[in-house]
Amino acid sequence: MTQTFLLDGREVPFRDGQTIMEAAAAAGVYIPHLCHHPEFKPHGSCKLCTVDIDGRRGAACTNRAVAGVRVQSETAELNADRLTLVQMLFVEGNHICPSCEKSGNCQLQAVAYRLGMTTPHFSHFYPLRDVDASHPDVLLERNRCILCELCVRASRDADGKNVFAVGGRGIRARLIVNAASGRLADTDLAADDRAVQVCPTGALLRKRQGFAVPIGRRLFDLQPIDAVGPGQESGGEG
Amino acid sequence: MAQQDNSPPDCDLAAIVARHGGDSHNLVQILRCVQERCGTLPARAIDELARRLGLPRVRVEAAASFYHFFHAESHGAYEVLFCDNIIDEFHGRAELMQYFCERLWLEVGKVSEDGLVYVNTTSDIGLADQAPAALINGYLVPSLDKARIDLIAEMVRQRRPLAQWPSLLFDVADNVRQPGPLLADGYTPGEALHAALALGPEGVLEELARADLRGRGGAGFRTALKWSSCRRAPGGAHYVVCNADEGEPGTFKDRVLLQRHADLVFDGMTLCAHVIGARQGFLYLRGEYRHLLEHLEAVLARRRAQGLLGRGIMGRAGFDFDIAIHLGAGAYICGEESALIESLEGKPGKPRNRPPYPNTEGYRGQPTVVNNVETFACAARIALLGGEWFVGLGTGQSTGTKLLSVSGDCKRPGIYEYPFGVPVRQVLHDCGAADAQAVQVGGPSGTLVSWREFDRRIAFEDVPGAGAFMVFSRERDMFEVARNFSHFFARESCGFCTPCRVGTSLLRQTMDKLAAGKGSAYDMDIMKQLMHILKTMSHCGLGHTAANPIVEAMADFPEAFERRLKALDFEPAFDLDGALQTARLITGRDDAWAHIVAAAECDDRGACALPPSSDSP
Repeated sequence: MTQTFLLDGREVPFRDGQTIMEAAAAAGVYIPHLCHHPEFKPHGSCKLCTVDIDGRRGAACTNRAVAGVRVQSETAELNADRLTLVQMLFVEGNHICPSCEKSGNCQLQAVAYRLGMTTPHFSHFYPLRDVDASHPDVLLERNRCILCELCVRASRDADGKNVFAVGGRGIRARLIVNAASGRLADTDLAADDRAVQVCPTGALLRKRQGFAVPIGRRLFDLQPIDAVGPGQESGGEG
Repeated sequence: MAQQDNSPPDCDLAAIVARHGGDSHNLVQILRCVQERCGTLPARAIDELARRLGLPRVRVEAAASFYHFFHAESHGAYEVLFCDNIIDEFHGRAELMQYFCERLWLEVGKVSEDGLVYVNTTSDIGLADQAPAALINGYLVPSLDKARIDLIAEMVRQRRPLAQWPSLLFDVADNVRQPGPLLADGYTPGEALHAALALGPEGVLEELARADLRGRGGAGFRTALKWSSCRRAPGGAHYVVCNADEGEPGTFKDRVLLQRHADLVFDGMTLCAHVIGARQGFLYLRGEYRHLLEHLEAVLARRRAQGLLGRGIMGRAGFDFDIAIHLGAGAYICGEESALIESLEGKPGKPRNRPPYPNTEGYRGQPTVVNNVETFACAARIALLGGEWFVGLGTGQSTGTKLLSVSGDCKRPGIYEYPFGVPVRQVLHDCGAADAQAVQVGGPSGTLVSWREFDRRIAFEDVPGAGAFMVFSRERDMFEVARNFSHFFARESCGFCTPCRVGTSLLRQTMDKLAAGKGSAYDMDIMKQLMHILKTMSHCGLGHTAANPIVEAMADFPEAFERRLKALDFEPAFDLDGALQTARLITGRDDAWAHIVAAAECDDRGACALPPSSDSP
């Protein structure tokens, strides 16, 4: 017999061990997220997928589905709080969509549109972050990094390379690379590594592909992020 | 930057790695040893450790860059870290630190030009009863005043090794003001263990359940439940972990327990091992308590010689258990049990996703009991004296006694043991706090009790917490207390989740804006919004509670906030007029037209009273 739980009033079936996010995705229901990707181990750090589980809040990507529970996701209150989280990510880094090559393919931007973000709301931090253009094929633009650790997981689990990790702590946490020099060029990262493809923002970009697809014809220009299937959000490269 | 190689030739990494079994799980301990020996963790050492431990370099660097006490650049021969908990601040930390800097021509956060001294601040170091205090080369220096600063400056100037400094500088007092049954003298090592062996594992669990013992770290989880579920959990090995990462500002009871009653704590750990079937235990000792290491190692060695640790404990075949001490490296978050386990495994101390909880999947994925120092001490007393005795003390939901770490504006700061349920007013009377306006119970993550509520009681059902009791007299500014705590949480956030990483920094930024006289009612709304996000969306307890001190201070002492508000609607953090200063300097102008007109001088329709245009160019 299939087990089910209620997601925004709708019965969603699940298998033992499935998370709320996985079961929702299988049923075609979108829950906003940034650090989640179906191919990789759930991380639970961006907290965008926070849902209400029988009156208690938790991340949909790390909480297992339990038969009979009532999960609320598309509520005005949760979406307002998700919007606040996205605004926090925007002011934490230096995100300048109009000049960013990732614009239109960027999940941060797309989820901000979906949540109706019109202003950053908080004061910008304007942090000083290093840009690493040393690698022949990949640009590491830390100003746009949201510390989702998808590249960390993809490099470790899919590429078998351990090119990335998060170093430091707190607001000074930053993406570090596997080289004594600290330079991406001195790692064994390759342009077609999964780590490069899964970046939800413009923090990792392939070089010499800038504006190959013009703005206006990109993934999220054509459809909102909730219409793109799970795992397809990282676009054509993915 | 990372390429610079300044490692001295004698770091002896091979020996340090070998001493730790070449096991990458011991990475944090290895990094501590390298830093203690070399003074830094240079890029070359990171490289070599990665190679020797078979780890990706980036993982070694991630751990090395996470902990406050690790650094890649040299901090000279003397690293002086002044504690900046609010108690130290109110006792003149800033003035003393400036005095020290002036004596030695130092700049905060930089190594002196001769490469000799480094000065900075650090989070609470467990000496709130002896504030202001500092950490010098990892060792506690209590009760600072100008005379002591003079002495320290003189020692530095003479370049004397720490071992030759007057020992009085490092004399940490126990300040036990009111002992109770937990702190009673005359305990014979092994006594509780003997009783526990007679009871057997099920018998011990029954007594703990009868005693209704709840965790002393603040959360109050029932110990019998934790131990029995760990006992039942399947696993290749079971572990006992004692959480002595006492980082909550204002708390210092575990320092005193470990100094004076280490056998009681180790007996508690050992009888837990008997119950859950563990062969290995860890004492996670916060780095700030480095001075206790030799003492504790000596106690462990004696216990091994006495047959209280090791193989066949107390002559019982098959009862094998030993305890290793793991030193922290400056990270409040490691007091969170899953972050502590990550740190034990040699990783950055970031809390795990839970469930699973440590009692089923803890250290190395195996069932693990993590308890506070005081909880193990209580468990030992209960094994010895019985649950009935324990339940006779305290209240309905909070049995037994509680150690309070009393500090701040009172005549007799120190350790007080009370049965649970003691009113705040009673403690204030006993410690000689005649003029208190508020007490922060349980540290920044705990509860602010204002003078209106001094009849509230210390108990899980009323005012819970790990027992910090910071007293603030009427002359103290409660806004500054809240602001200090906002800085603490921003510094100590691990950075894993968005709400806490960004939210704690935004709170700090907003409190600083208010302190600078640029706040408005709009900023108060921003803080209320952040509080909601932190409380409901953070990954762990640090984020959940990080806004508490501000929420509570705003509710209890609104005037302390309101008198700082410049405008009732909105005031920009950005100083528009200040931004013109460079232009004014360049043009040599300072006339009225070279300034932004204050909003107050404009009318409702936006027309502003500008000076006559005669003197404009």
